Amino acid sequence: MTLTPDQILIPLGPVLLNATLVFTWLVMALLVLVSWGVTRKLSASTRISPGQNLLEVLVEGIGNQIRDVSGQDPAPYLPFVGTLFLFIATANLLSILPGYQPPTGSLSTTVALAICVFVAVPLFGIQRRGLRAYLHQYIEPTPIMLPFNLISDVSRTISLAVRLFGNVMSGTMIVAILLSIAPLIFPVVMQAFGLLTGLIQAYIFAVLAMVFIAAATEGQPPDELVSQDPDYRNGDP
Amino acid sequence: MTDIALVAMASIVMAALTIAIGSIAPALGEARALSQALSAIAQQPDEGNTITRTLFVGMALVESTAIYCFVITLILIFANPFWAYVTANAGG
Repeated sequence: MTLTPDQILIPLGPVLLNATLVFTWLVMALLVLVSWGVTRKLSASTRISPGQNLLEVLVEGIGNQIRDVSGQDPAPYLPFVGTLFLFIATANLLSILPGYQPPTGSLSTTVALAICVFVAVPLFGIQRRGLRAYLHQYIEPTPIMLPFNLISDVSRTISLAVRLFGNVMSGTMIVAILLSIAPLIFPVVMQAFGLLTGLIQAYIFAVLAMVFIAAATEGQPPDELVSQDPDYRNGDP
Repeated sequence: MTDIALVAMASIVMAALTIAIGSIAPALGEARALSQALSAIAQQPDEGNTITRTLFVGMALVESTAIYCFVITLILIFANPFWAYVTANAGG
């Protein structure tokens, strides 16, 4: 029994790759090929192919979720958050295939995804509010909060990574343990339960990334707030 | 008691205690969150989607403490650095 797919080595021709790399590239190839194949023959008529229907539902659904969570136009965030969701969901759902090890069960993958979020939050924040207004939120409401805001930036990245890793890895490990003590029916039940957990974790990862981005982008620069609305400091206008 | 037995015993006992104690508080917290969300949905069924989404996100945040404990337990059992050190020293 291995803790992560990093330790499972797969000989691929002359080189020895670990399972995380192999299955990450498999998921990436699957996503790219399906998207490429479907978008070759898009139609604007009422008769559309099943693949186009699926992709439209996905893009629409992710866009609506982003709009609900952030209260902003989803267009700038849709590529990033949608990619996170689709990659994690595909990586988790493919675990019904025999011999497949979900790459999200490796701490390397989840840390890489969390670092993407860690970098994307200030980028989106500066792009939307400007450098000064973005940095100003670190000393709100008082400069005493500066170290806590910095710690929270790092700790939420760690918890994002460890949460996904812990959930997926525990699912894999429970199936492995059940195979040795009750191999007839129970592993199948836990595997089916793992599909649900995997999809929920993908959803949670995407929504949390969006919540962090929304927290960095919402609101206006403090100077504009005061100049636009003289009643701002007196509570609700 | 030899060093190996001491490290093995401490690791196993602490692994069990970590997951046992560490899962109590998140379980209570999640149960409370779920019961509040259910009564909120019962009162306002139209807001079910928003409540469910917030519930999922909040539960994921609450659950992360339990998952930290779980990861510590697994490290203690499967990837214990002290165990590796002691067994390497005992082997020569």
